[in-house]
Amino acid sequence: MTPVVVMLFGSLNASSDLFSHLWATVLPEYIRNTLLLGILVAALSFCFGVPAAAIISQTNIVMGKQLRWLLMLPLAMPAYLVAYLYTDLFDYAGPVQRSLRAWFDWQSPNDYYFFDIRTIGGAAVVIALVLFPYVYMLTRTAFEQQDRNLLRASRLLGCTERQSFYKIALPLARPAIAVALALVVMETLADFATVQYFAVNTLTTAIYDTWLGYSDFAAANALASVLMLFILFAVVAEQRARAGQRHQSSRPNSNQALKQLSLGQQIIASIFCWSLVFAGFLLPVILLLSMAFEYADYAQLLTLLDTGENSIEIATYSATIATLIALVLGLFQRLHQSKARTLPVQISGFGYAIPGTVLAMAMLATFGPLDHAINDFAKMLGFSAPGLILSGTVFAIIFAFVVRFSAIANGTISAGIGQIPKSLDFAPASLGVKTLPAIFRVHLPLLKSSILVAWLLVFVEAMKELPAVLLLRPFNFETLSTQIYQLISDERLEQGALGAILIVLFGLLPIIFLNRQKDNK
Amino acid sequence: MLNKIWFSSVAFIALLSASINVVASDDVNVYSYRQPFLVKPLFDEFTKETGIKVNVVFAKKGMAERLDREGEYSPADILLTTDISRLIELKDKGLLQAATSAELATAIPTQFKASDDTWYALTTRVRNIYSAKRLGKIDFNYEDLADKKWQGKICTRSGKHPYNVALVASMIAEHGEADTLTWLEKVKANLARKPQGSDRAQVQAIHQKLCDVSLGNSYYFGNMLNDDKQKVWADAVYINFPNQSNRGAHVNISGMAMAKHAPNKANALALMNFLVSEPAQKMYAETNMEYPVRPGVKPSKLVATWGEFKADDLSLEVIAKHRKTALILLDKAQFDL
Repeated sequence: MTPVVVMLFGSLNASSDLFSHLWATVLPEYIRNTLLLGILVAALSFCFGVPAAAIISQTNIVMGKQLRWLLMLPLAMPAYLVAYLYTDLFDYAGPVQRSLRAWFDWQSPNDYYFFDIRTIGGAAVVIALVLFPYVYMLTRTAFEQQDRNLLRASRLLGCTERQSFYKIALPLARPAIAVALALVVMETLADFATVQYFAVNTLTTAIYDTWLGYSDFAAANALASVLMLFILFAVVAEQRARAGQRHQSSRPNSNQALKQLSLGQQIIASIFCWSLVFAGFLLPVILLLSMAFEYADYAQLLTLLDTGENSIEIATYSATIATLIALVLGLFQRLHQSKARTLPVQISGFGYAIPGTVLAMAMLATFGPLDHAINDFAKMLGFSAPGLILSGTVFAIIFAFVVRFSAIANGTISAGIGQIPKSLDFAPASLGVKTLPAIFRVHLPLLKSSILVAWLLVFVEAMKELPAVLLLRPFNFETLSTQIYQLISDERLEQGALGAILIVLFGLLPIIFLNRQKDNK
Repeated sequence: MLNKIWFSSVAFIALLSASINVVASDDVNVYSYRQPFLVKPLFDEFTKETGIKVNVVFAKKGMAERLDREGEYSPADILLTTDISRLIELKDKGLLQAATSAELATAIPTQFKASDDTWYALTTRVRNIYSAKRLGKIDFNYEDLADKKWQGKICTRSGKHPYNVALVASMIAEHGEADTLTWLEKVKANLARKPQGSDRAQVQAIHQKLCDVSLGNSYYFGNMLNDDKQKVWADAVYINFPNQSNRGAHVNISGMAMAKHAPNKANALALMNFLVSEPAQKMYAETNMEYPVRPGVKPSKLVATWGEFKADDLSLEVIAKHRKTALILLDKAQFDL
């Protein structure tokens, strides 16, 4: 939370001249684009994720067992990478339009219509394709943990299957859907690299312009705060809308009857799910593989494995720490409920909405002075200065990741905690079991899958993260994402294809692991 | 669970202590805005000659802030940049110190170094106008891009990219603010598509007949010619050196500077001396198809075939001075929207 506060303070001495200039020229357009992009991505992720979750959890779709985890795979793809691949593919000069021109003998852009990938719409579709698994995973978990008896009751009361889905199952899943959509929107708005490929200017563009172009870091901070306000508004509005509602179930349904699909439904559902898997995962991977086959060699693989180790190390520590913090915060909040205590949890969640680079700057602003104090103190005692042990090491990176991704961990775990009935908080006490042992024996086992999901999500995100690690890393320290970035920025993605595949593979490991864990149960 | 927590924290501390590899004093530490693969061969050569190890961290965004925050405990010795504005920004923030040696004084002409010796240029690159071969040879001025005959025919990357901002700054120096704004608005009206992609992507678009003319740095031409996939793009265009009959083509530099609190000053100076030496200048310019600043060192054979050209002798410091105004004008013209 500290970096967020440091950032807010940093924005206090922003110059108003620059603001009025930006306001008079480009800012209105940026804000419009930001809102539009946020709404479009949220809507598309909803349309991709919720039906997919419903199909997988409630119907007997063919290959449902495989689709169940295949639909999570797009999460392993870094958005900037998919954006690069797609803009390249569908661009006027890209292979798709080139072949079309060759086949039909079109000469110029005026001869035919082809959608322009570099628009807000194009950006929204591609970003949603990579981010919808958040919605899918959280919603599916929510559907699966719903109390079947409620649905049975609604059927007894005369609802059709469809009605009881819309009136019971969907509203019950709303908290999970809301958390997922909030994550999706935050990630979208904080992402600079991706929208840049689409030539879409958003508030994040303005943040970078004011900071790097106009060298006004305070104004950049102020803009980042405005961005956070947008998100705060959305999240609070959503929470207000479902204030007072509480959904808990004591009987997660393990053996539910699946809806039998007719042939037509089966075909439509299959096409829907498979095209999501194809567009979000298979196509980008095929493109990368074909590049890798052409350009990669064994020596490249060896160096990449070295860098991969760095990536995994950082990601593992970040995921573990973020999950533990989320768990402690969540349980603490649950067992000592009060307004004052929910605030820190909510604020710390907004780290996810801060662009990575700005967050990295906040890290430097936080730990820089601390480092100086340590060094000054060491000198005073007559030791040699230890150097920048906080801001100049991987410590800063891991801390930044924990701040940035704690929203994911918090959201997932608090959604999980929300599913545990209140009565279970009191039951152990009535049996004379103390609070701490009760948590270990009751809450943690019930939260097992939420904890795994939280850990997995943070791990995958940390593997992909780019801007913060780029700026905070120590000398000679490369991760897979920094390496790919260097090659992409030089238009040599072909040579980075192998590295990109490795990021995806490492991102897959926990997904596969998680899936097997579930099957074993 | 508790065991897990203990295990994680112990492992975490172990990782931390492993990562604090106190940088030894016979090293030199470089913060680079320049791509690592472009500088690595050079650093390897330096290490071979002197035994001094070079540590590099590469980033484009936020280097100046990182250096600033690190203050007197910063490990950075040398900064490498790809644009004059970055050097001036570092200097204005008081993050640089003067570095002098006999070698530096003789190797770098006055116009390519700071008046107070805080920074030195290493190479120059031209902001060229690329034009489709199908149009035949054309003599361009930057001013011509505002001409109505290019309506719907011009492609460029974002106007806010440092290379374009520097060009606009040089236009301000030549024509003043008001005329430059009009020029920007007219160029904007001539664009075939919203500014996007890299300098190379524009040449690719010319090859695909989406547009006829684009702005791009000189070295991209050489790099495209040396790339199997991109050679066809480069083969479709001429590289033109603008404003040859008047002030000359706009040039920018890549450069180096010594950090104010450089802990390994002697090694840093040794590296600076090495970078301006004749063999290093040749290598540095050749790896990225740029023009060496040291008089007497020839550019690569390929670059030389593009011919001699007249460069705008506008002071680099003036270009940096107009940078902010250039950005404001780009916003006013809504160039990227």
